Amino acid sequence: MPPVATPTLVKTPRSTRSTIALKLVMAVSGLLFIAFTLVHMYGNLKAFSGQEKFNDYAHHLRELGEPILPYEGFLWITRVGLLVALVAHVTAAVILARRAGAARRDKYQVKRNVASSLSSRTMRWGGATLLIFIIWHLINFTAGKVNPQTGETGDAAGDPYSLLVDTFSVWWMTIIYLVAMLALAFHLHHGTWSSIQTLGYTNTASSRARAKQAGWLLAIVIAGGYSLVPLAVLTGIIEK
Amino acid sequence: MAGSTLHDGLTPLNAAPEQTSDDAAGYYTLGEKLVDAKAPTGPIKDRWTTRKFENRLVNPANRRKLDIIIVGTGLAGGAAAATLGEAGYNVKSFCYQDSPRRAHSIAAQGGINAAKNYKEDGDSTFRLFYDTVKGGDYRARESNVYRLAEVSANIIDQCVAQGVPFAREYGGLLDNRSFGGVQVSRTFYARGQTGQQLLLGAYQAMERQVAAGTVEQFTRHEMLEVVVADGRARGIIARDMVTGAIETHLADVVVLATGGYGNVFYLSTNAMGSNVTAAWRAHRKGAYMANPCYTQIHPTCIPVTGSHQSKLTLMSESLRNDGRIWVPKNAADCDKDPRDIPEEDRDYFLERIYPAFGNLVPRDIASRAAKYMCDEGRGVGPKVKEIGPDGEERLVSRGVYLDLGAAIERLGRDKIEEKYDNLLDMYARITGEDPYETPMRIYPAVHYVMGGLWVDYELQTSIPGLFCTGEANFSDHGANRLGASALMQGLADGYFVLPNTIRDYLADGPFEKIAEDHPAVLEARSEVEARIQRFMSVDGTRSVESFHRELGNIMWEYCGMERSKEGLVKAIGLIRDLKKEFWSNVKVLGSAESLNQDLEKAGRVADFIELGELMCIDALNRRESCGGHFRAESQTEDGEALRHDDEFAYVAAWEWGGEDGSPVLHKEDLIYTAIEMKQRSYK
Amino acid sequence: MKLTLKIWRQANASAEGAVHTYELDGVSQDMSFLEMLDLLNEQLLTTGEEPVAFDSDCREGICGTCSLMINGQAHGPEVTTTCQLHMRSFKDGDTITIEPWRADSFPVVKDLIVDRSAFDRIIQSGGFISANTGSAPEANSVPAPRDKAQRAFNVATCIGCGACVAACPNGSASLFLGAKITHLGELPQGQPERYGRVTSMVAQHDHEGFGGCTNIGECAAACPKEIPLDVISQLNKDLRTAMFKGF
Ligand SMILES: Cc1cc2nc3c(=O)[nH]c(=O)nc-3n(C[C@H](O)[C@H](O)[C@H](O)COP(=O)(O)OP(=O)(O)OC[C@H]3O[C@@H](n4cnc5c(N)ncnc54)[C@H](O)[C@@H]3O)c2cc1C
Ligand code: HEM
Ligand code: HEM
Ligand code: SF4
Ligand code: F3S
Ligand code: FES
Repeated sequence: MPPVATPTLVKTPRSTRSTIALKLVMAVSGLLFIAFTLVHMYGNLKAFSGQEKFNDYAHHLRELGEPILPYEGFLWITRVGLLVALVAHVTAAVILARRAGAARRDKYQVKRNVASSLSSRTMRWGGATLLIFIIWHLINFTAGKVNPQTGETGDAAGDPYSLLVDTFSVWWMTIIYLVAMLALAFHLHHGTWSSIQTLGYTNTASSRARAKQAGWLLAIVIAGGYSLVPLAVLTGIIEK
Repeated sequence: MAGSTLHDGLTPLNAAPEQTSDDAAGYYTLGEKLVDAKAPTGPIKDRWTTRKFENRLVNPANRRKLDIIIVGTGLAGGAAAATLGEAGYNVKSFCYQDSPRRAHSIAAQGGINAAKNYKEDGDSTFRLFYDTVKGGDYRARESNVYRLAEVSANIIDQCVAQGVPFAREYGGLLDNRSFGGVQVSRTFYARGQTGQQLLLGAYQAMERQVAAGTVEQFTRHEMLEVVVADGRARGIIARDMVTGAIETHLADVVVLATGGYGNVFYLSTNAMGSNVTAAWRAHRKGAYMANPCYTQIHPTCIPVTGSHQSKLTLMSESLRNDGRIWVPKNAADCDKDPRDIPEEDRDYFLERIYPAFGNLVPRDIASRAAKYMCDEGRGVGPKVKEIGPDGEERLVSRGVYLDLGAAIERLGRDKIEEKYDNLLDMYARITGEDPYETPMRIYPAVHYVMGGLWVDYELQTSIPGLFCTGEANFSDHGANRLGASALMQGLADGYFVLPNTIRDYLADGPFEKIAEDHPAVLEARSEVEARIQRFMSVDGTRSVESFHRELGNIMWEYCGMERSKEGLVKAIGLIRDLKKEFWSNVKVLGSAESLNQDLEKAGRVADFIELGELMCIDALNRRESCGGHFRAESQTEDGEALRHDDEFAYVAAWEWGGEDGSPVLHKEDLIYTAIEMKQRSYK
Repeated sequence: MKLTLKIWRQANASAEGAVHTYELDGVSQDMSFLEMLDLLNEQLLTTGEEPVAFDSDCREGICGTCSLMINGQAHGPEVTTTCQLHMRSFKDGDTITIEPWRADSFPVVKDLIVDRSAFDRIIQSGGFISANTGSAPEANSVPAPRDKAQRAFNVATCIGCGACVAACPNGSASLFLGAKITHLGELPQGQPERYGRVTSMVAQHDHEGFGGCTNIGECAAACPKEIPLDVISQLNKDLRTAMFKGF
């Protein structure tokens, strides 16, 4: 079937049912992730101050908001928020990717990209990598608490600090995490400026340049910050 | 403008012309004189107002029952489709491009005139009227021109309301400039893209009506015939350029807004698809073609580089405000790097010959002067092959320098960049030369045609129910058009004039529906089909393109900037031979039932060939020099154009004389009642 | 110059297409790209092969008719339209691949010609200011701040060529759309319909099957009129505002 241009006009346009609305969902959820990753990174870096401080911190998170909130209340609110954001982010990503795929089914014989960054063109692959990573990561540290060194799960895997150190003492675990952080860096490099553009705050060339700088900054700080812990474990700076 | 007073509009100020010469004897037959039966009388100021009031109205409920076909979506057609759609008529709009937005009006650069008098520099409706009539060398109909000047101000209001981003001053009000040597600032502009912005305004207004359901748009449709049934134009035959299907579209009235035919010269600043087909088909069906020989040649275009050249590009006239035009004094210097030619060896010929106006003399004068310099062998740039008046092939440099050097020194490169950046970029891209470093090369090129289908004051052709607007008609510019006035005319016709005049015609409608098998419809259809069949079956050896190129050479050489009796007679012979060869030796590949660009082109070129012959006959008959038409036999002692009002103050309206007959000339005398005729002088 | 041309040939919308290879000699540096194709077509005529169909009209970079994907770049290697691209940008012996714009919303009509009527429908859906002829107030009664008027002008120069769509990996027309939204949205005359306009135009854009924008930026780089990415930001912002206003 040859592609045919539609001859009709939309009768009842709704702003909320547009690709741009989906993009806004992505941008808002993405920014939420960015906020979370920043906070989470701060927590991770506590590992440098030793087992006790780190575990205290993890414990403290669970007591946050007491007595107004029950034990782990804050954590659950965050978890639900993140989960909703994740579902929204991934759903929107899938819909948009499918639309984009359908927008050009016949590919070019030769295509040159001249202005786009590699990161912008790999958002979907990077996103998929992150999704797989997050699933493993949760199995690893929260839901299953799988200690790849000892093979133990649940509380038997040890306190958060020990789990962390044991995990990254396995070299290939470190590699998996570092690869994921690379994917994260790419995702953030484009995602940061992209979300600002999606929200409509880059109406001039200079604001666009600043948003792009922010992308570099966050990519380096966040991915770099996260990578410190596994690297430190591997090199023995952090140990049990 | 000493002595230019506005007369009462009641008493004739000149006598009817009496032609004594007869250069074209044998090539035409003389028909009845023509009077514009609709021409209003009375004080010129009131004519349009009165007419609008007198014209009958169409009840809003009836409008839906009235079908209007508009061919063309340029300023003239697009504006009309939008306006008539808004009024509630059923409009069908046609264009050959893939979108109405691409009509050739989009290419206009300089600006649009309007008598707004925002600068308080003495402009007025009357002054715009006067300038236009004078600029046209008193060969335009005064009532039409006055109306044009009168509605000009409304055009700007309308366009601004649509969101046309005209240039503005710091206070947020509209800016304007003086253009084409006029003494007042009345040209509104949107950088060098005025035509584009105006056309997008009209296009958007029209698309709004498409969405509203009042306008139906047919793109990639070429009109190939008018249907004239029972004495009225009732529709068109068009070819769907994608499928090749021949379609019949019927209506109560047909409007042609199909633009100019400058491409009869092969090379021109017109778009590749600009054609005369719509107008010519109507002509063959009985519509008169008026003043076909009036062609405007624009002095500042980028010169031809070789035989591969497919079109010419205009460099806005505004460059003449800052550039000085020269050629080397000695032919021997012509191949030198211009920067190495010292000041004393340069001939600033316009400044020398026309000290009062210098580089700002009118387009036709500047063009001719450049041609003479090159004829003398003092042209610059690459040599191109051409056929001389003696029929011999020769190599000539066709170019003169337009030097911004002095202006860059005086104003600084920044200022020049700011003013002309786009243009200079375009120049650099096309020529590969940097205009900031070396002087630009320019040469005249065909740009606009003042001739076109004859229309009366109501813009109706000699076929009842067939109207014609914009560049396609002949009406408002006389023998020469002022810069920035074509856009004005297109929009005046489209927004304000046609919608008012067509309603008087439609007040008699809806006309009895005609069936698709009405004999007139069948005849028109079969003519179209037979013609296409003929193109496909000649199966000769020469490309359509090569015929077009040859026609262009003939027209440019003999019916271009300077025309002589001898040359025109020769051209007519050559064109007749070319026509014979075309029909026996053209080659069109592919099929008629699909997209076939060669076939499209074949139809256009065949019509250009016939038009070319008529242009030469018209030029031959008009043994005077006026506006863009310069007859070698009619010049003053110092080589300036010499008009003969006593013989030629008339519109030459030609009637088709049949395939083997000769065209019939109908003269419409030009009698002025509001201003007196004067010889122009720029010395 | 002598060139090898690899050109997409396709008889009509429903036919299968394929790349054909042609050798072309005698190309001059001064030719425009389209004049080079004219030359090829003259040559094809002598061999009895149907000429290559491609679109062009003004040939001076303003009508937006010409298209062509040249060696993987919309309008070729320079920032200009195909008709203004000159053979100086290539050298003797080059191989040039020429393809039509590719997007499902721009179906191929024949060879290198595509159907861009989707753009007309996007304009129909709201790309205008409703001002009936005759109803306009005196032009200077509504001043427009000069900077806004200039921004409006800068983006109103879009020629509707579709290169942005052709270059975008998502086949999105956001640059085209953003240019019109910004043009009309910057002017005082465009305010009354501003949010309804963006809502319907985006809806039509989506309905036509163009992809969403992921801010990749190839479009602006391919745009012969250098429409900047700001317009997409403006588009997003206006749509967001429209959402809050309940459109
Ligand atoms: C390079 C250039 C610069 C110019 N600059 C200026 C300027 O600065 N100021 C100024 O006032 N004037 C200028 N002019 C002149 C002015 O642009 C034109 O005279 C004017 O735009 C003509 O408008 P139009 O509506 O009559 O026709 P066009 O805009 O030419 O439109 C013709 C329409 O008819 C359609 N058509 C033609 N034939 C057929 C057919 N057979 N079947 C179906 N459809 C058909 C086409 O598709 C098109 O839609 C310039 C002209 C050129 C070439
Ligand atoms: C090297 C990098 C990382 C390390 C060392 C790390 C470490 C940890 C640890 C130790 C926990 C358990 C904390 C606890 O139970 O209190 C955890 C939880 C979590 N991490 Fe990470 N993390 C890393 C990267 C990431 C990234 C990049 C993301 C998301 C994009 C992420 C998302 C999460 C989530 C969602 C949880 C669950 C929080 C909860 O229990 O609600 N982590 N991480
Ligand atoms: C869970 C798996 C994830 C997937 C599958 C995913 C996928 C994607 C995709 C495909 C895009 C491009 C969307 C588009 O514009 O079409 C995107 C954008 C984005 N993502 Fe993710 N992503 C994921 C996780 C994350 C994380 C962890 C972060 C932040 C830390 C993040 C931040 C962003 C941001 C900021 C954008 C830009 C939004 C915009 O363009 O407006 N994403 N994501
Ligand atoms: S935005 Fe640029 S690339 Fe897209 S249609 Fe307009 S001019 Fe062409
Ligand atoms: S390339 Fe495509 S993704 Fe957006 S920024 Fe341009 S439309
Ligand atoms: S042909 Fe008009 S822009 Fe290229």
